[in-house]
Amino acid sequence: MSEIKNYTMNFGPQHPAAHGVLRLILELDGETVERADPHVGLLHRATEKLAETKPYNQSIGYMDRLDYVSMMCNEHAYVRAIEQLLGIEAPERAQYIRTMFDEITRTLNHLMWLGSNALDLGAMTVFLYAFRERENLMDTYEAVSGTRMHATYYRPGGVYRDLPDQMPRLAESRWRKGKDLKRMNRWREGSLLDYLDAFYDDFFDRVDDYETLLTDNRIWKQRTVGIGVVSPERALQLGFTGPMLRASGHAWDLRKKQPYARYRQMDFDIPVGSNGDCYDRYLVRIEEMRQSARIVQQCIGWLRANPGPVMLDNYKISPPSRAEMKDDMEALIHHFKLFTEGYCVPEGETYAAVEAPKGEFGCYLVSDGANKPFRVHLRAPGFAHLASMHEMAQGHMLSDIAALIATQDIVFGEIDR
Amino acid sequence: MMEQLLTLVWTVTKIMAIVLPITIAVAYFTYFERKVIGYMQVRRGPNRVGPLGLLQPFADVFKMLFKEIIIPTNSNRFLFLLAPVLSLAPALTAWAVIPFNDWMVLANIDAGLLFVLALTSMGVYGILIGGWASNSKYALLGGLRSAAQTVSYEIAMGFALVGVVVLAGTLNLSGIVHAQSGSLFSWFWLPLLPLFVIYFISGVAETNRAPFDVAEGESEIVAGFHVEYSGSAFAVFFLAEYANMILISALAALLFLGGWLSPFQGVPILGDTWLGQGGIHWFLAKTAIFCFLYLWFRATFPRYRYDQIMRLGWKVFIPITIVWVMVAGVFRVLGWYGG
Repeated sequence: MSEIKNYTMNFGPQHPAAHGVLRLILELDGETVERADPHVGLLHRATEKLAETKPYNQSIGYMDRLDYVSMMCNEHAYVRAIEQLLGIEAPERAQYIRTMFDEITRTLNHLMWLGSNALDLGAMTVFLYAFRERENLMDTYEAVSGTRMHATYYRPGGVYRDLPDQMPRLAESRWRKGKDLKRMNRWREGSLLDYLDAFYDDFFDRVDDYETLLTDNRIWKQRTVGIGVVSPERALQLGFTGPMLRASGHAWDLRKKQPYARYRQMDFDIPVGSNGDCYDRYLVRIEEMRQSARIVQQCIGWLRANPGPVMLDNYKISPPSRAEMKDDMEALIHHFKLFTEGYCVPEGETYAAVEAPKGEFGCYLVSDGANKPFRVHLRAPGFAHLASMHEMAQGHMLSDIAALIATQDIVFGEIDR
Repeated sequence: MMEQLLTLVWTVTKIMAIVLPITIAVAYFTYFERKVIGYMQVRRGPNRVGPLGLLQPFADVFKMLFKEIIIPTNSNRFLFLLAPVLSLAPALTAWAVIPFNDWMVLANIDAGLLFVLALTSMGVYGILIGGWASNSKYALLGGLRSAAQTVSYEIAMGFALVGVVVLAGTLNLSGIVHAQSGSLFSWFWLPLLPLFVIYFISGVAETNRAPFDVAEGESEIVAGFHVEYSGSAFAVFFLAEYANMILISALAALLFLGGWLSPFQGVPILGDTWLGQGGIHWFLAKTAIFCFLYLWFRATFPRYRYDQIMRLGWKVFIPITIVWVMVAGVFRVLGWYGG
């Protein structure tokens, strides 16, 4: 009789639940996972190395492409690192805009996570509901930066430009006209802030909708409660951050512990879980969406009342306006220099971290005084989370692997960099 | 000789008269599935091929037919191609004993219910063989899951049907419908409510549909048992799955909701109009309700895990059905229902 051996299975890189290009090698005993071995590197684009070959201000766009569902948070870490080295600080209004867009980004990310988590566990309607809201938020990205995803909106010394006074409206077309068009444009009559106000007013109800479909659903609970439990001690040892850590019971959040931008002025709570299982991580992230909405609403109030500059008035770092360039020689030279060779950054090293939706996203920057960074290292939260895959998956069943990948909120852009 | 030939021609005609509408019903079931789920998910579903997208099923069929059937190198060629046939044949054959109304039935045999049970159990062989013959790890897992699941839910389903037989006193499907005659409240859904619910849930599990679609398990084992199938071989699996769904719905209508009987039977005023008359329209309407439930489930629920399905089947459904079969027996002895 031949020996009975465990079954080795490739989960990905081309798998509907692999969230990109995760290659997970599973050793299965029946359907029970004995060993889960994640392989990374299939989406490696050498972002860090690319950033080291370009002037500082030309790599912001690469940061968007790291964690491509929480774009502006990545920019924020990189831009903050540059600002720390330069010893400058963005104007007050820019800080509020950054705070607001960090939270919009968190909502975007969590909507994406919610949809894909539900889809991985077979509840596909939630996915489409979440994406309906996500599309509306994407429009705010487009309104401020001109592009829906890879915004490159944060710049050293502020943000690219002030919030638009008129939210762009949908144009009439063969498919969108009459009543439909009016309904879709109902929030877009006023400024971007009016639009966001209307969206986030409505958003609490939408989150309740998602919860109706999932939170008390028996099947959902059976699939998530007690799956992938991580103890608080172990979560720290594994380097967890963000919702993964908070669901295990640590109230660790950089927005509270090391406030940046204008989080110190914001009134919000940090949801904390107790069991450290998939269900707790789900609840924590759902609550974070509500807290994000609260922060955005506070920012909207402040931004309405306080107009002002959104960029430093320092032409060594920020570009002059188009109008100035037309009749001012100095401005033209500054513009040319800024966009060809950038600026030199004083020698030194720094680490700047933000509380990205997935956890602590940090940028370690070393400057040798040139116009390009000597070394860039990016700390991606997902990398530490993925490293725990074996530990979380061992002893669970094959179906739970999908739940675990979803709960870790894996995005390969940041893991492989 | 001539007479036998005529009988043969007549029988074949009748078979075609059943199989063709079922095939078309399957085609439009897929269309309605996409439409209904589309509207539940704030989108529109197919609306490009033909008016309202009504020709979409035909576009799908032609696409499938023109695709290459890829046979994996190390698969068992014979079994690989046999599997879809094995799953489609029972799904269509079972329709032979389904009475559409008082007289419209291909074979009004005495053990009709037994025949249906026997054939629906056959369907799992197609899935099992397909999963094994593909020589793919995902497909094998899908086949195994499907086999275990179908076998366990067959038992719960069988017991649920025993309850019906106890009350009706016959295995003949027309007889079972006649035994429910009276009014809305003499149909078997009322005395057999737990069995009714369990029967339909088991039916969903039997046909491997959401939330019991672990055999396909899109996000776990990609497409499960039919992961290696393409072109018309895949289309046949698809056809079988949907034909089975309609069959389970039709059986639910026959066994628990009085088949072609009218819900207004015996009601004054309404009872005398066409609404009060039994007929194929009532049978189709009731079947459609269950078909809709299938789609509704799919749009609403997350997927069960494989071991949880087993637990539900063995530890919850089977005990309940056994108890309720006894209760049905008591009803019968007391003369409240049936007999």
